[in-house]
Amino acid sequence: MTKLTPVLSKNWNDADSFTIANYKKHGGYKALPKALSQTPDEVIALIKESGLRGRGGAGFPTGSKWGFIPQGDNKAHYLVVNADESEPGTCKDMPLLLANPHSLVEGIIIGSYAIRANHAFIYIRGEVVHVVRRLQQAIDDAYAAGLLGKNILNSGFDLEVTLHAGAGAYICGEETALLDSLEGFRGQPRLRPPFPAIAGLYAMPTVVNNVESIASVPAIIDNGNEWFQAMGTEKSKGFTLYSLSGHVSNPGQFEAPLGITLREILELSGGMRPGHQLKFWTPGGSSTPIFTAEHLDVPLDYEAVSAAGSMLGTKALQVFDETTCVVRAALRWSEFYKHESCGKCTPCREGTWWLVQMLEDLEAGRGTEADLDKLLDLCDNIAGRSFCALADGAVAPIISTLKYFRSEYILHQTNGGCPFDPIASTLFETAGA
Amino acid sequence: MTPEQAVVAVETVTAIIDGLEVTVPKGTLIIRAAEQLGVEIPRFCDHPLLAPAGACRQCLVDVEINGRAFPKPQASCTMPVENGMVVKTQLTSEVAAKAQAGIMEFLLINHPLDCPVCDKGGECPLQNQAMSAGRTETRFEGEKRTFEKPINISSQVLLDRERCVLCARCTRFSEEIAGDPFITLNERGALQQVGIYEDQPFESYYSGNTVQICPVGALTGASYRFRARPFDLVSINSACEHCASGCDLRTDMRRGKTLRRLAGDDPKVNQEWNCDKGRWAFKYLTSRERVSTPMIRGADGELHEASWPEAISAAAKGLVSKRTAVLVGGRATVEDAYGYSKFARVALGTNDIDFRARAHSEEESEFLAAVAIDLKTTYADIDTADQVVLLSFEPEEESPIVFLRIHRQVRRRGMSVSTDAPLASRGSKKLKAELITSLTQINGLTSNSVILVGERAAETQGALSAALELSESTGAKLAWIPRRAGERGALQAGAIGNLLPGGRPVSDSAARVDIQTAWGISNLPTVDGRSTSEILHGLGDGSLDAVVIGAVDPFDISADALNQLLNTFVVSLEISHSAITAIADVVLPVAAVVEKSGSFLDWQASARAFEKGVEDAQMRSDVRILSMLADELAAPINLPSVAATAREIESLGKWDGAKPTFAKRSASAALQGEMTLVSWRLLLDLGTLQMGEANLAGTAKHARAHISAGRAAQLGVTESDSVRITSELGSIELPVSIYAMADHLIWVPRNSENSQVIPSLGFTSGAVKVAKI
Amino acid sequence: MSDHQVFTAEQLATMDTIIARYPKSRSAIMPLLHFVQSIDGYVTPRGIESIALKLDLATAEVTAVSTFYTQYKSEPVGEYHVGVCINTLCAVMGGDAIFEAACDQLGIKNHETTKNGKVSLERIECNAACDFAPVVMVNWEFFDNQTPQSVKEMVDDLQNGKPPVPTRGPNTLRTWKENSAVLAGLSDGLANEGVQAGPATLRGLNIAQGQDKK
Repeated sequence: MTKLTPVLSKNWNDADSFTIANYKKHGGYKALPKALSQTPDEVIALIKESGLRGRGGAGFPTGSKWGFIPQGDNKAHYLVVNADESEPGTCKDMPLLLANPHSLVEGIIIGSYAIRANHAFIYIRGEVVHVVRRLQQAIDDAYAAGLLGKNILNSGFDLEVTLHAGAGAYICGEETALLDSLEGFRGQPRLRPPFPAIAGLYAMPTVVNNVESIASVPAIIDNGNEWFQAMGTEKSKGFTLYSLSGHVSNPGQFEAPLGITLREILELSGGMRPGHQLKFWTPGGSSTPIFTAEHLDVPLDYEAVSAAGSMLGTKALQVFDETTCVVRAALRWSEFYKHESCGKCTPCREGTWWLVQMLEDLEAGRGTEADLDKLLDLCDNIAGRSFCALADGAVAPIISTLKYFRSEYILHQTNGGCPFDPIASTLFETAGA
Repeated sequence: MTPEQAVVAVETVTAIIDGLEVTVPKGTLIIRAAEQLGVEIPRFCDHPLLAPAGACRQCLVDVEINGRAFPKPQASCTMPVENGMVVKTQLTSEVAAKAQAGIMEFLLINHPLDCPVCDKGGECPLQNQAMSAGRTETRFEGEKRTFEKPINISSQVLLDRERCVLCARCTRFSEEIAGDPFITLNERGALQQVGIYEDQPFESYYSGNTVQICPVGALTGASYRFRARPFDLVSINSACEHCASGCDLRTDMRRGKTLRRLAGDDPKVNQEWNCDKGRWAFKYLTSRERVSTPMIRGADGELHEASWPEAISAAAKGLVSKRTAVLVGGRATVEDAYGYSKFARVALGTNDIDFRARAHSEEESEFLAAVAIDLKTTYADIDTADQVVLLSFEPEEESPIVFLRIHRQVRRRGMSVSTDAPLASRGSKKLKAELITSLTQINGLTSNSVILVGERAAETQGALSAALELSESTGAKLAWIPRRAGERGALQAGAIGNLLPGGRPVSDSAARVDIQTAWGISNLPTVDGRSTSEILHGLGDGSLDAVVIGAVDPFDISADALNQLLNTFVVSLEISHSAITAIADVVLPVAAVVEKSGSFLDWQASARAFEKGVEDAQMRSDVRILSMLADELAAPINLPSVAATAREIESLGKWDGAKPTFAKRSASAALQGEMTLVSWRLLLDLGTLQMGEANLAGTAKHARAHISAGRAAQLGVTESDSVRITSELGSIELPVSIYAMADHLIWVPRNSENSQVIPSLGFTSGAVKVAKI
Repeated sequence: MSDHQVFTAEQLATMDTIIARYPKSRSAIMPLLHFVQSIDGYVTPRGIESIALKLDLATAEVTAVSTFYTQYKSEPVGEYHVGVCINTLCAVMGGDAIFEAACDQLGIKNHETTKNGKVSLERIECNAACDFAPVVMVNWEFFDNQTPQSVKEMVDDLQNGKPPVPTRGPNTLRTWKENSAVLAGLSDGLANEGVQAGPATLRGLNIAQGQDKK
């Protein structure tokens, strides 16, 4: 059995875990002087070597991303933290920031130092007021402690950090849309090239990193690459937060080495809710094609999940049992993508509009088998045709549910409607409400 | 190869598109490179003059580079060609063809089936591409998105959101090209829509371009709505008669009636844009005020219709052996101006001719003859300028395409602009222009800089001299930009007292001999002629007896201009009834631009010829009428047609002899008085050629008096108050706007509703009293 | 904009401090819109006009931004804005039933506000608390593990001026306008209130600590 590895979560049981004092008590801000005593290039090299990969979904090596920033160009550089956690099922960054915001702040200082940025921004989704309070306080306290501002720890390094609350737009999790939003525009993705590393925020070299990626940096600096690389698999090093939700006995955050399986997490946490069986699950949020029980032993690292036909994504393990109608699930996710499509490009804007109408008909039993082929053809006309990856995410639940549960779609037609009792899938049904 | 083409070798790249090799300059987009091969990739959002968007996805193609294929089709409107690239369009790739068909299907699911009543029908890129790449039957069985049918986003432009394909050409144009982001994409996803802020309509001087580049019928112009089908229209090439920017236009006519005008494509001048005045101000052609037949004032004091022979004869009788002068106005074509010029010299034996129906000066006359006639600055110089200096010139109001060209460089590369304007107009703000109060404040002027001087420089003594001095001392290129379309051509034609055609100085005997020889006459008047104001004065004091006037509004010159004409013999050549025809003894109707051929010289002195669109025996070009009149006066000018005139101008060529000298003037002392009025004309105002187009007039700026915050405080007014501005002649009353400007200045528009400065106050700048109402 | 519509000098000064956080002023448009909502409750015409003036933008440009983001409201919402997560996981686990219960109890539909202006209702997308599903947000504070019954009681309490305490949030529920100010970056001093983490957040940590003991 894989052992869980609490690193970011190690102090969360303390009632004051979010304070600077508690963070320091648990060894916080020890990595910072270590990093500042090295050259920026040494810090980049160390993070490159560590094998840390982006925890926001794409898994791009963090150190390489930092290394793309041109050095000595006499331009302002920016570090932008993507805290716009909005992918359905994803719920790791918000509890992390609520309980331990200083891990992010320390990581920002180190990351900014490495890429030679003197101003960092945290773009946090706006629908989480208490997380905003905690993070703002952490930033304010770091300023008060001399960890932000001018000449940090007498290193000569200056850094300003600005917290920027979004206002409800999933697309702003896409890094170029995030940058446009941060610049005060509609959050629509930008053309690439130029990539943010060359022309990002205010057209200056910019690194955009996920919260968890940056928050993981201090522990790596502090404990070294050997420690970090001892966790995880060959190409997916280290620890990460897995978020278990849905029809399980005990949902929650599980900080574990990359490569743990859902079977292990379920066994550790107490399994499915009593009396029910796993039907389907997402490995990393709604944009990652669904898995079924046959995938319980797929190591949850970047390579293995990909090889099994999905993506590790945000490690958002949304687990559904046999009471759940996949057509309803696919419809609801499609409604989400329709609602969140930014509108810029045709296939996403018009395609999601159409997909929702088709799925509504299919769920209501008004579809035909030919409609399923049409649905797949529409997905083919959307996927890979759009401006950004949102539309690829939009068709993933449809294609994957059709792959594993085509017969259930057909059952809706023969049944003249949804054969599932929606109450059976609720929690209060079993709670006796 | 011209010198312009002999530039540094451009780096090129070579790729294969649909099996054909193409070599293009580095940076060329795939969609453009394909065009060079004759391969048209369908598109909606792509526009060659706008930054790539990649929004509609209609232009997806298959791409591989050095054998490595992109896993997904790529938007050819955003991807530059690279060496080793192999592109397969819809013609050779099934993947690309299916991708394009898929996009087309998506665009149509929410598009209404109202092509039969849509103005765009028949010339609609969506309709055309749906016919070539779309399905015959829809697979969409759901509900279409609906919006309220067309909404006015200005008095001139209507928006039908159901038809919109959200290509964002209009919003990108407004922001990138015009700098007027008054229309934006609002809302999100499937509800995304073009819109305005409710209290700020789409009042951009360039709004009509969005109608022209809309690839569907979402944006339409109120004046053309439901008026015609494209296949009923006859298109002619035309040249804009409204200003000296020199736009290429296309005029669409049905059965001899102009129904609309579109910007033509001249990459050296207007590129593919024009201003709303050029696009929509053509109703004067069919105005009720139009003069349709010759008229003679009878003994009863009224004008009576007459035949052409009667009218010509009456005019000749009135002019024979009279001391007569000629006022041309600024709207004549080159050929007509030449007709007036030759008519004055040959038929009337005088150099008393002037095209300047506006404030002018002796300093300006000399400047025009000695300097402006030879200036060679062009739009291309603006494109590459280190900086641009604007003197007595508001480009957005007075030459809107000059504004667009400057704006493009300001946006692209932060070109610096400075202006001597007393306040930062909206146009100046868009150009991020630095306000200067003295030319000494201009730093870093290089020989690669451009100084643009407007016609209002003539209103300030020493201004033209200072501009020339600045140009000479720095090597910066100088240009003189008059407001009206005909002025530069009239200068070339010698429709001014000190120049004969081709820039030949009246005072130079060799120059006179040139012309005498060409015209086959034995002598020409040798003394420089009088200016417009001197001519009016002469008519008033009896030193002149008669005047031939073509298209002059007396209130453009002075408040009492008309009075000075009252006791003289006036022959008026006019399009429409005016203050002049009201007192003229003989009125001769002339053709408007669509009714004749001809050409205009823009401010660069580049000619743009235009064709005749309508055959109407009644309507003749000024030059033909003048030729008839000269015959009647037994002093023929032999210009029976526009074509003959053009040939004669061509054969005369330009003067290459000695230039007259220009004596620089020093600046006059500042005006004394409590407050000084300054003004210029707005693009859309009460100008004669804008009559009859209420939708256009509805987008004009409202007249407001601009004063400083300090002056406002002293007067006790805020922006919700009005002031009365009084001169010895009269007063005007306007609401106040507060601007950063000198306390002693007050600015008002020169010829707008409630603000007609010359007739009301008697001058365009001068001492006034200002009080709160 | 006529003078009487303008914000107070203090409010305008706050706008300037918000703008000063950014290297380029336009970046301040989102916090300024949150700030306008903290004063007016929604994005008012005077809010749009003031922001346009402050940032030297056309009013259309401000409208383009404000209408893109769902948290900016073009109509007034309630003092307490209730968002029921109806994304797949929450919906399946009870969100749909909860939303229906809330509608029934309040007598309003999606995007509507009770007549007394106290409570408004919105179907919201995933709010990053799936391990606490079904989730309801009030003024963007977490109310975890809800049931139709708990939400009925909650909206009654909101109507009756007895706002319930968020599961993971401050000790008292703040109003829509007060929380909008926090989103504009104006501190309300409540960061130390409430739990550091909910039970689900600690699930893995507690198991790990159990593993260590073994």
